[in-house]
Amino acid sequence: MKNVHVALTLNGERVEVAFDPAKTLLEVLREDLGLTGTKHGCELGECGACAVLVDGVPVLSCLVLGVECEDREITSVEGLARGPELHPLQTAFADLGAAQCGYCTPGILCTAKALLDEKPQASRGEIAEALAGNICRCTGYLQIFEAVEEAAKRLREGSVRS
Amino acid sequence: MSGPHKRPWNVIGKPSRRVDGRAKVRGETKFADDLYVPRMLWMKLLRSPHAHARIKRISKLEAEEVSGVKLVLTGEDMPIPFGILPVSQDEHALCLDRVRFVGDPLAAVVATDEWAAEEGVNALEVEYEPLTTIASPEEALATPEPRIHEYGDEGNVHKKVAFEFGDAEGSLASSERVFEDFFYYAGNTHLPIEEHATLAAVDPDGKLVVWSSTQTPHYLHRALAKVLGIPAHLIRVVATPNGGGFGGKSDPFNHEIACAKAALVLGRPVKICLTREEVFCVKKDGTIEGMTLETLLDGGAYWSYGVASTFYTGALQTVTYHIPRYGFRGCRAFTNKPPCGPKRGHGTPQPRFALEVQLDKIACELAIDPAELRLKQLAPSNSVTANWLRIGTMNLRQCIEKVVEGSSWKDRRAKLGPGRGLGLACSSYLCGAGLPIYWNDMPQTGVQLRLDRSGEVTAFCGATEIGQGSDHVLAACVAEILGLEPFDVRVVTGDTSLTPVDLGSYSSRVTLMMGNAAIQAAERARFLIADAASEKLGVPQDKLVFAGKRVFLAENPEKGLDWVAALVLAEAKHGTLGTVGSYKPPASPGHYKGAGVGPSAAYSYSAAVVEVSVDPANGWYRCEKIWIAHDIGVSINPVLARGQVEG
Ligand code: FES
Ligand code: FES
Repeated sequence: MKNVHVALTLNGERVEVAFDPAKTLLEVLREDLGLTGTKHGCELGECGACAVLVDGVPVLSCLVLGVECEDREITSVEGLARGPELHPLQTAFADLGAAQCGYCTPGILCTAKALLDEKPQASRGEIAEALAGNICRCTGYLQIFEAVEEAAKRLREGSVRS
Repeated sequence: MSGPHKRPWNVIGKPSRRVDGRAKVRGETKFADDLYVPRMLWMKLLRSPHAHARIKRISKLEAEEVSGVKLVLTGEDMPIPFGILPVSQDEHALCLDRVRFVGDPLAAVVATDEWAAEEGVNALEVEYEPLTTIASPEEALATPEPRIHEYGDEGNVHKKVAFEFGDAEGSLASSERVFEDFFYYAGNTHLPIEEHATLAAVDPDGKLVVWSSTQTPHYLHRALAKVLGIPAHLIRVVATPNGGGFGGKSDPFNHEIACAKAALVLGRPVKICLTREEVFCVKKDGTIEGMTLETLLDGGAYWSYGVASTFYTGALQTVTYHIPRYGFRGCRAFTNKPPCGPKRGHGTPQPRFALEVQLDKIACELAIDPAELRLKQLAPSNSVTANWLRIGTMNLRQCIEKVVEGSSWKDRRAKLGPGRGLGLACSSYLCGAGLPIYWNDMPQTGVQLRLDRSGEVTAFCGATEIGQGSDHVLAACVAEILGLEPFDVRVVTGDTSLTPVDLGSYSSRVTLMMGNAAIQAAERARFLIADAASEKLGVPQDKLVFAGKRVFLAENPEKGLDWVAALVLAEAKHGTLGTVGSYKPPASPGHYKGAGVGPSAAYSYSAAVVEVSVDPANGWYRCEKIWIAHDIGVSINPVLARGQVEG
């Protein structure tokens, strides 16, 4: 099929990309925009590994078509850090053992970011609910919940470090 | 860990960020499917829709005509069989004349993109002749014909094993009570979130390179050399970090071999990434087990898939409790289901479950506290079991005491009212198998260190990072010995061309084996550096301490050298700096046939109390709380150790 041409904002930068219109946002990000930080574990909307933010809202990029993203703002895991400086969520995940194999991590980080952007005081229950669609096979979730709580605390205190 | 000078550890046992943590949270860790190279082609496999059938005819013509399709491979392109065990060479990259389970691959299509490859697969025409399907081991026993394989002990029984250590049967007859039960353990799958992926290419020198999400690059390396008929030194296998493994990536796989073959034929990079549906097909732990535990102190009979797994169902049942007489019979039957490989404990948790449940039944029957029943007959430290396994330190007692205390077991057990209760169970596992999968006298793992005047230390090891933190363990062990921080050590792992052989990330072997090899290599490097530093400082070597990125005199820390200065001296004195270390587990005391399964340099132990509630209306149960205690020896990094326990 003939490629379509789409312009969107990716991690704060305006980009233009041409791709087969049957491609999902996940495929466009990984294959046409070269950002492989976003993962896939099912491409069926079951695992949450592919979660990114579209206009600040977490979506499963395997269920969104690339053509739907014209002029939208996409944030992927690559857009969380500010240059070399990690986002507090990333710092907490790295320090507290919330990423073991790290395969579910990008999707979880994006989902958690949306939660904390909206609810800086999110409770354990709210965190668990927000991440209910993200499967992690390695950690058993506790260290993930603790890392999100820690990041929320650091965000509230306004501290960042790499 | 030993060393010329005794000092507290600076790295080992301290919670810290893992060395590869930053890459993981930035999404920069390159998993196999994250690799894209120019001119890359895509591969898809045609998998059997039948559980058991003869392949009468495959027509490739239509598929070859699909636009974008570059190559179609079938079984005859790779007729040499392979398998993880030397005795089990019964798999083909693509089935030759028969498919044996739903999902068994029989053709591969390579094309310019995934869709064209898929279209090519759909265009393949296959004529099958369905054969009788055998769906359970019981059915396999009752159905000797048609045989799923031509080899095996008889009919569809692949392997029977039986052991008796001491007069187990006789002790049955003379026991006061005999307890007999039947347990069923449902099949399950590993479910790593990353689906298996492989990229194969021919490098500029004409050599094959295969990047793959494998736990065992070394075994894949051997299988590729065998099936492709290429000397192993002309093949490089790179294990990319695995997005979880759990045993599901510990065999050489069809798709890896077919992908490599296609890259060789086409002279272009070829990638395959399995779908979630395929991952369910490739390997599962379909263990269905009947276990008859014949007395409190004797073993029983098992059902299990996998020759090694069959042995393992029996081998490790003796390391938790003292079992003076032990009998074990195992049998492996062929069925038409996905082949079964090891998964998180390789044949051990299933019979362990049966043993533990039965102990509870016995405790209940005899009105003994289940915790007491277990504490009364723990296998002792520094002992040899009836089946000749040497147990070193054994702290299951402390584990049980901890969870009993934490859960207020004594006050609360059997007092929580209807529909709610506490249960206790114990377990144990290897720290790596004592013997390698294929028999040889070489080390099971090796570590190489290079150090230079810039102060850089690089540690090379064939071990594979599958999420468990092996890269961190490698850096931490080297850093501890040399007085550095883990982040000062660069690690290169899982690459059959660049790193010394390590057998792979399976069998809970890496920390113990690679760790010891790393310590040996680092101690040798420390010796070279201390030698040069002691000359410069005019003090004996054994007075030197390596800590805080310095080499200094124990009694006068002011007197010393910084790390770079010490390396400059060492390089000047000894020439280019490099050391190696390796590890081989101690020999096992057992010498009977089958004694190779079970021995380990160390066993880890665990005990858990679980509080469960059951809804009497529908039988739904909920796990309310778990108390768990592990005897893991020394924890290298508590953050990672906790992750392993909770995960
Ligand atoms: S890949 Fe999108 S939900 Fe699993
Ligand atoms: S860290 Fe491996 S799946 Fe979550």
